[in-house]
This record gives sequence, structure tokens and C-alpha cells, in this order.
Amino acid sequence: MAGTEEIIRIEHLTKRYDGKTVLDDFNLNIRKGEFVTFLGPSGCGKTTTLRLIAGFITPDEGRILLEGKDIATVPPYERPLNTVFQRYALFPHLDVYDNSAFGLKLQKMPTDEIDRKVRKVLKMVAMTDYEDRDVESLSGGQQQRVAIARAIVNEPKVLLLDEPLAALDRKMREDMQLELKEMHQKLGITFIYVTHDQEEALTLSDTVVVMREGRIQQIGTPRDIYNEPVNSFVADFIGESNILNGTMIRDKRVSFIGHEFDCVDKGFGENVPVDVVVRPEDIYISRKTEGEQFYGKVTSCIFKGVVYEMLVQTDEGYELEIQDYNAFEAGSSVGMHVHANDIQVMKKERVCNTFEGEVVSADRVSFLGEEWEIAPTSLEPGTKVKVEVPFGGVDLQDNREDGTIEGEVYFILYKGDRYHLTIKTSEDYFLYVDTQDIWDKGDLVGVKIDPKDIKIVKDED
Amino acid sequence: MKKFLAQAYIWLLLIILYAPIVIIAIFSFTEAKVLGNWTGFSLRLYGNLLSGGVSSALVRAIFNTLSIGILAAIFSTILGSIAAIGIFNMKGRARKAITLLNDVPMLNPDIITGVSLFILFVAVGVTQGYITVVLAHVAFCTPYVVLSVMPKLRQMNPNTYEAALDLGATPGQALRKVIIPQIRPGMVSGFILAFTLSIDDFAVTLFTKGNQGLDTLSTYIYADARKGGLTPELRPLMTIIFLVVLLLLIVINLRSAKGKPKKIQRI
Repeated sequence: MAGTEEIIRIEHLTKRYDGKTVLDDFNLNIRKGEFVTFLGPSGCGKTTTLRLIAGFITPDEGRILLEGKDIATVPPYERPLNTVFQRYALFPHLDVYDNSAFGLKLQKMPTDEIDRKVRKVLKMVAMTDYEDRDVESLSGGQQQRVAIARAIVNEPKVLLLDEPLAALDRKMREDMQLELKEMHQKLGITFIYVTHDQEEALTLSDTVVVMREGRIQQIGTPRDIYNEPVNSFVADFIGESNILNGTMIRDKRVSFIGHEFDCVDKGFGENVPVDVVVRPEDIYISRKTEGEQFYGKVTSCIFKGVVYEMLVQTDEGYELEIQDYNAFEAGSSVGMHVHANDIQVMKKERVCNTFEGEVVSADRVSFLGEEWEIAPTSLEPGTKVKVEVPFGGVDLQDNREDGTIEGEVYFILYKGDRYHLTIKTSEDYFLYVDTQDIWDKGDLVGVKIDPKDIKIVKDED
Repeated sequence: MKKFLAQAYIWLLLIILYAPIVIIAIFSFTEAKVLGNWTGFSLRLYGNLLSGGVSSALVRAIFNTLSIGILAAIFSTILGSIAAIGIFNMKGRARKAITLLNDVPMLNPDIITGVSLFILFVAVGVTQGYITVVLAHVAFCTPYVVLSVMPKLRQMNPNTYEAALDLGATPGQALRKVIIPQIRPGMVSGFILAFTLSIDDFAVTLFTKGNQGLDTLSTYIYADARKGGLTPELRPLMTIIFLVVLLLLIVINLRSAKGKPKKIQRI
């Protein structure tokens, strides 16, 4: 339903707060009538982007073109856009009717025309009988309807929605999703929707923009994003998935979990480390003990309503999540296979930690805002160096004081046989760790690195 | 027994609190010049008061008290509300610092406020009189208005201002149509607070009224008492003021009590 005509073009949009970049070089084109969703965990910059488009904040760099005109510095009250806020933000001193008529009254529209439009839009959101009601006496769902009515009555060129359903309970949320989708089709207005709920994003959108730490990770249709995630973050964030370390042997041939598989991806080179994603529903499971690609034992089996969700320990020691309509009870021996086109191969974002550092003395180097002991070096103090630390070389301590620096577990990825953690240090650096230990998101940890695991290379630049 | 003691305690407290006012009220219905002599029931003092049988100085003092109170309340409500919105939108340390600066004048003894304003007016060479008293009252009332508006701002959904801008309101329109209606209860209580503080004030007024013969009720009574005994007509006057204030209080309480069930009814 979205046409080809472009309505919004966002170029190099960047926003910093106190020197911290919360949105970094955001580029996006939005077509007229498109339903675009910004999806990502909290702090990924999605709401910042929406607020930049709405005009509540101004960018440090970049342009926002609405129908070819840069509106980045136009105040919000002069932009032909309207917003539906997360916590509704209705005017508590006005009733449902006056809330809905607020924008039209400011436009000095004749009263009878306002009346006609308001009644029409209240009918559309099924709030006709509530015109005189005090907004604070309404339920969350009803308040949200009024908030939507208040925005769309102005016939904006683009409707911005900031997690509009986040405060509603599950059933209500699902009903409202359908209504929003219907409304979008009926109105033909471009919708820009912000959410952290991947299911919501996949259900509603024409285009999903997955964001993380102020950067776009992937732009695509819900189907593309689900079937062909570009990196392990997107794969993990969208739906359930098995994310595994693998090696691309050659084009269309990849090895992971100790076996070689045919796949459809190519162009990675030969013997290159990659991330492999296999969706739980794409692993075929049977009771066969031969003729399958690999074998293992079921360790748990839970009924999830339609499918059974099982965890399988393969004979090679990898743990996989599998969904199937049939139950394979815990303890049973099973065989499994995966089809070539269900294996999604992704380039690894990094293969080890790299930091910029400086030699302090013969056995000390500074990086991550701290000094670290290293194996003796012949480099002169003051030399700028590139520091490399393998994922397995970082040692996490329960006791924050025991580490050289402190950090917080920021993101966790299970890779079948180990956890890949992202640690955010107290000085906002990121550090990547492979570990067998179980940590929770938000855990505070001390970070230690064995001197022998710190490799330094003289910086050539 | 325990209950009896608790009851007795409450009544004792109430008697201590209200005895002086009740005594004035009782003796307003007799003609005796000296407070405490009962010369039989009479409404003559009330008659004198209402028919203008009192000194014109007292009438002027009453008028000054009320007009200064109203002016001070109006100006401090405007200033205080604007200040509260400004402070509310400040960030972190600046906001804490300004809030502290706002609290200091309230804790400052009146006498210090009075003397320092006196010195200020002398230093800038303003003739002290009606205007300086109003200015002084605005100065000490404004922090109280800030204090009563602030909680209303905090209760407000911070997005409502942005919502107004989003719907096409300029910042000025958003202030008038969205912010002020939401903080109005705080502004009204700030106004009433400022008005009563102004009427109540003695120390600051004494130092800023100058020597042009301006008097408010409090400075008039003070001077009158020092001249030798209180004018008997002050007794009915006090009684009337007390009753008016009582009535005002009852009205305010009834209003806020009525405000709540009204909403429940509409659900």
C-alpha cells in the first residue's frame, strides 16, 4: 500500500548528549503511506530519532527532509506531523471532545467543521459515547484511543507513535495492534512507530529498522529481518534463535557444532570465522539414530501452546533450542537435520577485543581508561599501540573490587556452548567476553585480564 | 480512661489555642473601654465600627491592609508561578541551587528581611511608603507561591507540554492552554497563602512603611496599643476578621472535598 513517492528522507542524523553519541549517522528514506517501525532495546536511540523527527529536540548533525524541505530546525508546532505519546499525555483539564479538538481549535477552524471532524474521528476510534467524559476517568486503552484521535484529527502527513501500546495489557495490546493496522490502511497516512517489542514490529510494519546503541543494524521487511538477520544482535533480538560460532569453509559450505553443512551463502572467503543462525523451528528432529546430520539427547521439553520447545544437548556438547509439533520427552535420544536454506550465515562483527592504548612502562600499558600489567615489552613508554584481547582472555569477577576496572553485563548471547557477553565498563567502553559462567543482564562485575592475554601491536598511524 | 485522657488533652489544646480569640469575641459585645470589664451586653461597638464611628486612621489602615494584601498576592502569584516553571525546567545542580535559594527567605526571620529591605530602599534612595510595602510583601510572599506551585508541576505528565506543541500550539499558547490550567490549584493556594501572609505581616511592614504616615492594621494596632490601651472598636473588628477567615477556610475545605466525589460520580 505504500507508494513509491518519498515523504521523509533522513540524512546523517546525529545527536549527542554531554559528549555521548546517542544517535550516530542515521540514514533512512520513508515512502508515503509506509508503516515504518524503529525497533531496539531501551537506549538504542529509537525514541531519540522519533523526537528529532517530531522536533522536540534538534540534531547536532544531519538533515530531516519532509517532502524535500529540511525541517530539522523547524519548531514542532510548525511541522505537519503529530505524535501519539507513550503515556498518552492527554490534557487532564479537558474532556474527551476538547482533547480531540485541541489541534483544530488552534488552527482557528470554524466550529461546525471542527465538530464534524472530531465526531468522525471519535467514531473511528470507537469513543463516540465518551465525548463529555473526563479523560482521567478512562481506562488505559480508552485513553490511548483518545490520544490517537487527538493526533489523527489534524490529518498529519506523518503520524509518530512512541511505544503507544507499551502500557496496555497483553490482550488489549493485541486488539489495538489490529486496530492500528486497520487505521493505517484506512487513513493512508505514513506511520513511524517506535517499539522494543519485536512481535509488535513484525506484526505491524511494512519496514522494520533495527537499532542498537544509536546505530541502525538492519533495515528490511519483517520477513527479511526474521529470515536473514545481518548480525547476531538482530538474530537474537528478533524471535528465538540458535546463534553459533562457525567457519565458512568455502562458498555454500559451512561448519558449526562440529559438523559440516551445505548452505546457500557465499562470498565470505575460505575458512573465515562466521556467526551462524538457525531458527528453532528450522531444526528437524526425529527418533532416528542414523541417517541424520547430527545426534543428541533431549534435556528439557516444554509445551508452549502450539509447539513444544525442547533443549537438545548434541553429542558434540552443543546446546540447541528446537521447536516441533511433536514432543520428544527429556532423556530421549534424537537425530536432527537442517536444510541448507534455513542456515543463515553472518559476518562476525569482531573476532577479538581491540582497543587503543599507550605503553606506560616496560610492563604496563594503558587502555580502557586504566593501566594494565602486561608481559614485558621493548616498546618505548608513550608509544601508541593497538591492544588485542581475545574473548576468552577476559576474566570476570563477582566482586567488583577484585577487577582492574568495573563494568556491567550489558548484553548476553548464548552460542550453543558458551555465553558471549558484552560488558559496558564504568567509563562507557564496550568489552566482549566468552564465558561458560552464567551471568545476568545488569550484573556488576570486576574485569581482570591475565597479562599473557594482552597482545600489543605498535600503532602504525 | 485512656480515651478520656486523650479527649481531655485535645480539648485543653483547643482551649489554649482559641481562648484569646474567644475572649476578644465575648468582650466585643460590651461597651467597657478596658478589656476584661463586663458592663452588660451591647452592640454599640459593632455599630460604631459599621457607621464609621471610628477614627478615619483605622479605616485607612484596614483599607491599606486589604489592598496591599491583594496586590502582593497578585504579583507574587504571577512571579512565583513563572519562577516555578523556570526552576522546574532546570537541570540537576542548577535546579537544586535555585530551590535552596528559594527556601532561604522563608526560613529567614522576618526582622532580618525587614531590616535588609529597609537598608536596600534607603541605599537606592526610594521614598518609603505604600509602594515599598507592596514590593517588600511581594518579595517575601513569592517563595511561598513557588513552593505551592512546584508540586503541581511535578504531578503533571511531562509530555503534555510537548503534546501541545505537537498539536500546533506555540510555547505561549501551550503555557496558557495546557500548563496554567494544570497548575491552577497550586496558583490559587499560593495566592491565598500570599494574601494571608501579607495581612499577617508586622515586622517587614514596620521597616518598609516609611514615615509618611502609612499604616496597615498591624502597625496601627501596635501604635495604638503603645499610646495607651486598645481602641475598644478593635474588638469587634478582630472578631469580624476572625469570622471572615474562618468562613474562607470552610469554603476552601468544602471546595476541595467536593472536587473529589465529583470525579467518582462521572466514572
